[in-house]
Amino acid sequence: MALLEAENVRQCFGGLVALNGVSFAVSPGQIKAIIGPNGAGKTTLFNIVCGLIKPTDGVVRMNGEVITGLKPFQIAALGVSRTFQNVSLFPHMTVLENVLVGRHLHGRAGLISCALRLPTQRREEKAMIEQASRLLEEVGLAEKAQHSAGGLSLGQRRLVELARALATEPRLLLLDEPASGLNTKETDDLARTLRHVRDRGITLLMVEHDMSLVMDIADEILVLDFGVKIAEGPPAQVRSDPKVIAVYLGEKENVASG
Amino acid sequence: MNTTTRIWPRLAAFAAAAIVIQLSLSAAGKVYYLTQLTMAVYYAIVVMGLSLLMGYAGQVSLGQGAFFAIGGYTSAFLTTHNMAGYRGAVWFDLLDKCGVIVSRKNLYDDTLVLTVAPWLAFIMAILLTVVIAAVIGYPSLRLRGHYLAMATLGFGLIIHCILIGSPALGAADGITGVPGLSVGGLAVSGKSAVRVQNYYIAWAVAIAVLVLLRNLVESRMGRALRAIHDSEAAASAMGVNTPKLKLEVFMVSAALAAMAGSLLTHYNEGIGPSESSAFKSVRYLALVAAGGMANLEGALVVSTLLVFLSLRGWFGTYDNAVFGIILIAIVALAPQGPFRQLGLWMNRYRSLYKPGKEARGGAS
Amino acid sequence: MVQALQYFFSGVTVGSVYAIVAIGFNIIYSATGVLNFAQGEFVMLGGMVAITLASFLPVPVAVAVAVAIVTLFGCGLELVFFRRLRSHSVLHMIIITIGLSIVIQELALHVWDEKVRSLPYFTGNEASSVKLVGAALSPQVIWVLGTAGVVVVLLQLFYKRTLYGRAMRACSSNPEAAMLVGINTGNMRTAAFGLSAGLGALAGCVISPISMTHYEMGPGLAIKGFAAGILGGLGNPMAAVAGGLIVGLIEAFSVSVIPSAFKDVAAFAILLAMLFLRPHGLFGRPSGVSVREV
Repeated sequence: MALLEAENVRQCFGGLVALNGVSFAVSPGQIKAIIGPNGAGKTTLFNIVCGLIKPTDGVVRMNGEVITGLKPFQIAALGVSRTFQNVSLFPHMTVLENVLVGRHLHGRAGLISCALRLPTQRREEKAMIEQASRLLEEVGLAEKAQHSAGGLSLGQRRLVELARALATEPRLLLLDEPASGLNTKETDDLARTLRHVRDRGITLLMVEHDMSLVMDIADEILVLDFGVKIAEGPPAQVRSDPKVIAVYLGEKENVASG
Repeated sequence: MNTTTRIWPRLAAFAAAAIVIQLSLSAAGKVYYLTQLTMAVYYAIVVMGLSLLMGYAGQVSLGQGAFFAIGGYTSAFLTTHNMAGYRGAVWFDLLDKCGVIVSRKNLYDDTLVLTVAPWLAFIMAILLTVVIAAVIGYPSLRLRGHYLAMATLGFGLIIHCILIGSPALGAADGITGVPGLSVGGLAVSGKSAVRVQNYYIAWAVAIAVLVLLRNLVESRMGRALRAIHDSEAAASAMGVNTPKLKLEVFMVSAALAAMAGSLLTHYNEGIGPSESSAFKSVRYLALVAAGGMANLEGALVVSTLLVFLSLRGWFGTYDNAVFGIILIAIVALAPQGPFRQLGLWMNRYRSLYKPGKEARGGAS
Repeated sequence: MVQALQYFFSGVTVGSVYAIVAIGFNIIYSATGVLNFAQGEFVMLGGMVAITLASFLPVPVAVAVAVAIVTLFGCGLELVFFRRLRSHSVLHMIIITIGLSIVIQELALHVWDEKVRSLPYFTGNEASSVKLVGAALSPQVIWVLGTAGVVVVLLQLFYKRTLYGRAMRACSSNPEAAMLVGINTGNMRTAAFGLSAGLGALAGCVISPISMTHYEMGPGLAIKGFAAGILGGLGNPMAAVAGGLIVGLIEAFSVSVIPSAFKDVAAFAILLAMLFLRPHGLFGRPSGVSVREV
C-alpha cells in the first residue's frame, strides 16, 4: 500500500488555480522528487500535504487514513515532517534547542511537570538532549550546538533543519528544495546524507530544481507544470518523455538526453 | 541546557537584596517604603506572567489589568458581601458545614457579618479568572498581532465598564473593608503589625513564581513557546499543538494576574475599578518591554523598581506619560530589550575604541 | 416612536464620528500596515486646538487652522516614528502606537487641562433645534452628518479620480510594484498619516459642541472606530461608513435595554463578536484581510 496518496488535489487562491486535480502516490522506502518550472504549484502541494493549507478540493491519505483538513501538528504526529524552502529555523534559539523542538512530539511533560521539574520531566529532558545531540553529530554540527541558529551559514542551517525534521522520527520526510543555494560538493554530501536517511527506513518526498541531484538519487519523479501532473515515473522514463522536454526546453528543441 | 544551576546564585542575590533593603529601611525608620515595595512586588508578578505570554510566546495581551481586577474583585466581593440573609438556604448550610463560612462583627452596629472564608475566595478568584481567560482566549488567540491586541483591549474595556458601572461592586469607589487572608500562621493584610511579614510574603511568592516560570521556559514546553513566537507554522509542522499551548499560556498569565490581584486586594484592604483600566494594562506592557521582553528576572527587577517609584510619586503628574515614553523609547532605541541593547552598545564601543585588536586581525 | 427617532438620530450622529475614525484607521492601515492605536488622539487634538484658536479667531477659521495643524502633526509622527522603523515587527508597531497614544494624551493634559470643553455651536446654540422627520434635532447634528457625507464623497473622488489618490491605492495593494513605477511610497505613507489625522481632526471639531472635547476621549473613540472598521471590513472606506453607522445605532438603541452606564459595552461587544466570528467584516472578502493565524 502506498504510504502517501494524493487524489485529485485542487487548490485555488482567489482566481488563481495553483493545483488542478493532481494525483500521485509515494511508496514506502522510496525517494520521490517533484520537479517543474517555478509557479508549478510544488510548494503549495507540500503545504497541503503537511496541513498548512486546506485544499479547495481533493483528498490526501497517509497509510490509508485521510489527513486532509487535519492541523499540521496532527499530521506531524502521524509521521510526516518537513523542511522549508526558506529555511525556517527558530532564530532566537540555539542550534540544539532547534533540534530539541523536533523532539517535542516524543515528550509527555505538561506545563505543570515542567514548571515543577518533576523527576519524570527531568529524565525525559535528559533523554531528549542526548537524542538531539546525537542527531547533530550525524549531520556534523555537534560543535555548533550552543550557537544561535540565526548565525550559521545557509548550508549549516539546512543541516540543522534536516536534523530537526529527523528528530520527529518521521516516516515520511518532505524536503522543499534542499539543494537550493548549495555548491557541488555540498550537494554531493547532501545526496549521501539523504540516501543514508532513506536507508534508515524514512521515505523521502522532495521538491527540487537541481537536476543532477534528482537524477542521482530519485527512484521516481513527478513532473508538475501549471498545477497539472504531466509525467510520473522512474528518472530514465521521465527524462525522455517528450512532454517533459517540451516544458523545460520549449516545443521546437529536440535535445537528445544526456 | 541545565541552567537551573545558574539560578541559585541569582535567587540568593534576590533574597539577600530583599533582606538588606528591609533591614535598612526599618533601621532608617522608613517602614512605609516597605508597603509600597510590597505593592510593587505584587504588580511585578503580573508583569512576569505577561512576560511569559508576550516575551516568550509572542502574544500581545492588553487584558492583564482586567484579569488582575477579576481576581481582586472576586476576593473582595466574596469576603465582604454579607450572606447572613441566606441562612437557611440549603446551599448555604452545606457551605457552612464545610467550614468555609466565616463571621466577624460589623464594627458599627454589632451585627454578625457572614462571608466566604478568604482562602476559599482566593481559590475561587483564580478559578473564575482562568475560566474567563479560557473563554476569551479560545477565539482571541486565533487572531494575529494587531487583532489579538484589539480583542484583549476590547475585553479589558468591557470588564472595566462593568466594574465601574455596577453598584453591587461599588461602582466608581470599588470595594473596601476587605479582611486579611490568613493561611497557617501567615496573614496577608494591611495591618501595620504584619508589615514586615507581608513584605517577605510578597517576595516569597514572587520568587516562587520566578522559579516556576524559569523552569517552564527552559523546558520542552518553553522551547515550544519560543518556537511559536519565532515561526508558528514551523512549530506546528514539528508537532507543537500551537492553539492549545497558546491558550494554556494565556490562562497561566491570567491566573498569575488574578493571584496577584487577590493578594494585593487583601493587602490593600480593598480594590477599585482603575485596576482594570486600559492605562493599567498598557503599563504592564511597558514594564515587560522595559525589563527586556523575554527576561523574567528583568521583568521582576525593573518592574518592582519602576512601580515603586511611581507609587512614591516620583513621576508626579507625568506618571502615565513616563510609561508611554518607555514604550516608545524601548521600541525605537532598544527593540531587543534594554539589557541586550546595552550589551550591543558596549560591544560596539569596545570595537570602536580598541581598533588595535581589529588591526591585528583579532575577532571583536 | 419619537423616542425611537431620537435614538436613531443620536446613533447616526455619533456613528458618523465612528465612521470617520474608521476611515482614518483604514487609510493608515492600507498604506502602511500599521494599526494606529493613537487614531482617537487626532480627533481629540482637532477639537482641543480648534477650541483654543476659537478664543481669538472666528470659528470656521479656527476649525480650518486646527485641521491643518493636526494634519502636519500626523505627517510629523510618520516622519519621526515610522519612517525608520518600517522593518520592525507587528508587536513593535503596536507598542509604538500605544505609547504614542498615551504620550499625546498626557501632553494634552498638560497643555490644556482635564476640564471638559467644547467648541461653540456652528449655527445657533444649545437651545436651538430643527425639526426633521418628527424629531427635534440640534442643528449641529446636520453639520456632523453633512461633514461625514462630504468627506466620504470627496474621498471616493480622491481615490478614483485623482492621480495622487490612485497612487495611494496602488501603494496599499502592492508597495513594491508601486515603487517600481515611480511612486514615492515613503511620501505616500506620510500623506496617509496626514490625511488620516486631518480627517480625524475635522470630526473632532464638528462633534465637539455635542459630545464635548476632553483629553481622555481618544481611546474610547479609537476602539469604537476600530469596531466600526472591522464591522464594515477593513480595506473598504464605504464599508467603514456603514460600520460606523451600525455601531452608532446599536449603541444608541442599547440604552433602551441595558442601563446607560453600560452603554459603551455595546460597541466593545460588537468588536469582539466581529473579531471572533467574521473578522473580514460584513462586506469584506474572506481572503482580503488575513486576520487569523495559520
